[in-house]
Amino acid sequence: MIAVSHLSKTFAGARARQVLNDVSFDVARGEFVALVGESGIGKSTLLNLIAGLERPDAGQVVVDGVDLAALSDDDATALRRTRIGFVFQSFHVLPYLTVADNVALPLALAGRRDAAAQARVHRMLADVGLDARGASMPRELSGGELQRVAIARALVHAPPLLLADEPTGNLDPDSAAHVIALLRDCVKRNGATALLATHSRTAAAAADRVITLTARGVDVRAAPP
Amino acid sequence: MTASALRLVARAAFGGTFARERGRLALAVLAIALGVALGYAIQLVNRSAIDEFASGMAALSGAADLEVRGPRAGFDEALYPLLARQDGVAIASPVVEVEAALAGRDTTLRIAGVDAFRAAAVTPALVGNADAALDLLTPRNVFLSPAAARALSAAPGATLAVRAGSAEVPLAVAGLTPDGGGQVYATMDIAAAQDLFARTGRLTRIDIKLAPGADVATMRERLQALLPPGVVAASPAAGVDATARMSRAYRVNLDVLALVALFTGALLVFSTQALSVARRRAQFALLRTLGLTRRRLVALVLAEAGAIGVAGALAGLPLGYAFASLALRHFGADLGAGFFRGAAPQVVVDVQGALVFALLGVLAAVAGSLLPAREAARAAPAQALKAGGADAALDRLASPWPGAALLAAGALATRLPPMADLPLPGYLAIAAMIGGTLMLLPRIVKALLSVAPGGRGAPANLALAQLRGSPGQATVGLAAIVASVALLASMAIMVASFRQSLDDWLGKLLPADAYVRPGGGDTAALSPDDQRRLAALPGVRRIEFLRTQSLLLDPTLPRVILLARTLDDPVDRLPLTGDPQLPGPLDPPAVWVTETLQDLYGYAPGRRIVLPLSGRDVAFTVAGVWRDYARQQGAVLIDRERYIALTGDRDADDAAVWLAAGTSLDDFRRALAAGVPGASRFGVTTADELRRFSLAVFDRTFAVTYALEAAAVAIGLAGLTASFGALVLARRREFGMLRHIGMTRRQIGAMLAFEGLAVSGVGVATGLVLGGAISLVLIRVVNRQSFHWSMDVSVPWGGLAAFAATLLALALLATLVAARQAMSDDAVRAVKDDW
Repeated sequence: MIAVSHLSKTFAGARARQVLNDVSFDVARGEFVALVGESGIGKSTLLNLIAGLERPDAGQVVVDGVDLAALSDDDATALRRTRIGFVFQSFHVLPYLTVADNVALPLALAGRRDAAAQARVHRMLADVGLDARGASMPRELSGGELQRVAIARALVHAPPLLLADEPTGNLDPDSAAHVIALLRDCVKRNGATALLATHSRTAAAAADRVITLTARGVDVRAAPP
Repeated sequence: MTASALRLVARAAFGGTFARERGRLALAVLAIALGVALGYAIQLVNRSAIDEFASGMAALSGAADLEVRGPRAGFDEALYPLLARQDGVAIASPVVEVEAALAGRDTTLRIAGVDAFRAAAVTPALVGNADAALDLLTPRNVFLSPAAARALSAAPGATLAVRAGSAEVPLAVAGLTPDGGGQVYATMDIAAAQDLFARTGRLTRIDIKLAPGADVATMRERLQALLPPGVVAASPAAGVDATARMSRAYRVNLDVLALVALFTGALLVFSTQALSVARRRAQFALLRTLGLTRRRLVALVLAEAGAIGVAGALAGLPLGYAFASLALRHFGADLGAGFFRGAAPQVVVDVQGALVFALLGVLAAVAGSLLPAREAARAAPAQALKAGGADAALDRLASPWPGAALLAAGALATRLPPMADLPLPGYLAIAAMIGGTLMLLPRIVKALLSVAPGGRGAPANLALAQLRGSPGQATVGLAAIVASVALLASMAIMVASFRQSLDDWLGKLLPADAYVRPGGGDTAALSPDDQRRLAALPGVRRIEFLRTQSLLLDPTLPRVILLARTLDDPVDRLPLTGDPQLPGPLDPPAVWVTETLQDLYGYAPGRRIVLPLSGRDVAFTVAGVWRDYARQQGAVLIDRERYIALTGDRDADDAAVWLAAGTSLDDFRRALAAGVPGASRFGVTTADELRRFSLAVFDRTFAVTYALEAAAVAIGLAGLTASFGALVLARRREFGMLRHIGMTRRQIGAMLAFEGLAVSGVGVATGLVLGGAISLVLIRVVNRQSFHWSMDVSVPWGGLAAFAATLLALALLATLVAARQAMSDDAVRAVKDDW
């Protein structure tokens, strides 16, 4: 599903900083993989490169057979719209849209707002246990509930790949465990592949495989520690 | 994308904006509305005035294909049978037209003496509706146009006294003429007019209707070949065009001022949108991450701006109609400039103009959003999703070269000549100067702030650090204030220069103690006998007489004024604009021409010219060019004795009187009443009175300009207020953090006040410098090319300083109001907010 080959990325500026140096790994279709490493090591940058939000300085990223470097910005955007879902640490749920409208946003961006799309939204809300909260506003929800909304939004358009950047970073341990379990369950049920950047042991423990990012490169383990 | 999907995406992009930024959006709409209103109002006034004038002229010229016109004093009536008998001429209608002074009223009336039977077939508007045909021929009968009857409150049966020479002659209002297109005039029998107004043997116009099939252009050339110098054959439209042309520069200047107000509105939209886009960076980044393309994002932001433009246009058009109605009622069709005497138009809705200005309003709003939309699309979503990414958006300093290139282009454009009689390169130069300065504004801000002295204490130092670190944010708020301060400063300097130059000019041209006039118009004059009696009055030390005539040099331009006066020391007495070139003993005699003739006819010092006098061409040498603010159509000054020798005309229109020591004005008035028969009809004014009257007319003419300036400054101040408020809102987390670490509310307020003053100070200073540069373009290029006037630069330092201080005080007030929100508890809670 994901093939990363000799990826390098440096952030230019007054003090240039090399964030990634010759990183290579693969993620097979259907895997639930945790990406771990100390803060500032480049986990978020790696996810952004895989999503086509940043361009590498060297190396290659192939997602579902598509070489991202060969895509224009519009094509990369279209790829994200149809084939990738996102879950963020800060949820990024729009406060002035209802829960249901937040979840429906990826479908709307793809031009879909028909009955089938609405049914899909309802099903996703049911999957995350928020089927009764579709008409609620985000401010009425707890942090854990907001992250469940974000998960529903990330999977509503049935993307083959889900990227999650510290999805439990703003949650208490109990909520975090619940969200990770829910995330894994939804991903597996939808037949998607997931790559989670995380500090959380719970998240790493739920993964099929753990990739550790270090200053020297990657350390891939077949099973969680 | 389905409509429903698009609605959700639009709500995702804009949701919350209308709720959170109602005030700022309303200001942006108001700014566009004001610009549209001013532009549409001026368009309506101009259109109504020209249309009314043109339709009036068309009504008066009736079925005439050609008009034969000459100087105001007329031409030999022997031309009439010569032209009437030409092949191709169906009917020729002779006209004697005078501007008659009315006894007992401070006004004149245009009276056309016509042959009723011929005029009926060519210009029926000049033939009165008489009960009996003989009424048309009765010598003392006059027929008023309906507009004249209303203006003079004189119905049929009333008596109207006119001044003819030194006598007052009662005329009987025998009836009304047909409608006449709203023009104020009267008609009477031509022979009676010639006799009454001493025009025997003279005509001022011949209206010609051609035979069917006759070609107008060919006939015009054939008739022109028969005419003496100074008499031309032209289409009736040429007269309208000449007046329209004379007023065009004034009207275009007002149009440009209105467009500047719209431009300032666009800058306000820019400020509002730039800060709104910056505030929504994370929102837009989320949408980009979820799959919204750059192009669609730009389209959404521009659509939002378009909505502001539409709302502004819809509000502005009815407002513009109201402004136009008020302006016509209070200032007249020419807004006080004096071009359209006799026109009393009503406002007519101009649908096409409304569409144009509505579109301009929308375009202004969209143009103001172009940069923010581009910025929104260009932002990297990954960085924008991080907290603190908002600051980076506006901090990128653009290359200085485009701005510098614009300034250079503006400087070059000031060297170009006018296009189509309009100072278009001058306007382009001003636009380039404003655009170039705005593009360089972030660097100007950075440069000025780098030398700004630090304050004592944390608030002032924090404020300076914030501004130095984010010059882009300061620039966004400044754009509108810089443009509006520049506009006001440039207009203030131009008007002050003009006023001072006018005052100096009046001082030079009005050296006498008193001025005696027999009355306005063409029909009252000082006869040679009057002149002798005046000169002999006790207490009169010295007296000079002036005769005024008009010459038709070019049928596409208004008549030029001929001034005949004693020229004992013209180099010293005239406000010359350059070195004179006095003619040699073998050269034709000297004349002194105004700047208008220099610009329009090429009459430069040393040049030999020919002027039509008394039906023949007479050669003269241009000895010098003088400044004249009274006669925009141009004037030529010749020695009175030479004029009398050439024309035999010994009458005078004006006497300048120097009083002997110890003689008061009242003494002179008493001596005048006792020593000159009929002196009660004379007007006696002092130089001071004439000066005060002239300056009052000047102030009235510029009243509309002052209104436009005030609107532009209000827009600029609103822009500064709106942008500062938006910045404060965007920095709530920062203020919350400062409150967390122990900064008091008062300290935060002080920090914001310092920021506001610093930003406003930079804006006002930049605006004043830019305004000074623009004023030079207005004075030396735009005014000269528009009105053919030069003026000396005079800067109203006190006024500008007071304005700057007021604006800084208002800006400080605005920042303190915004600071109140920053110091609220909401700011503390904002630290924890997701958004």
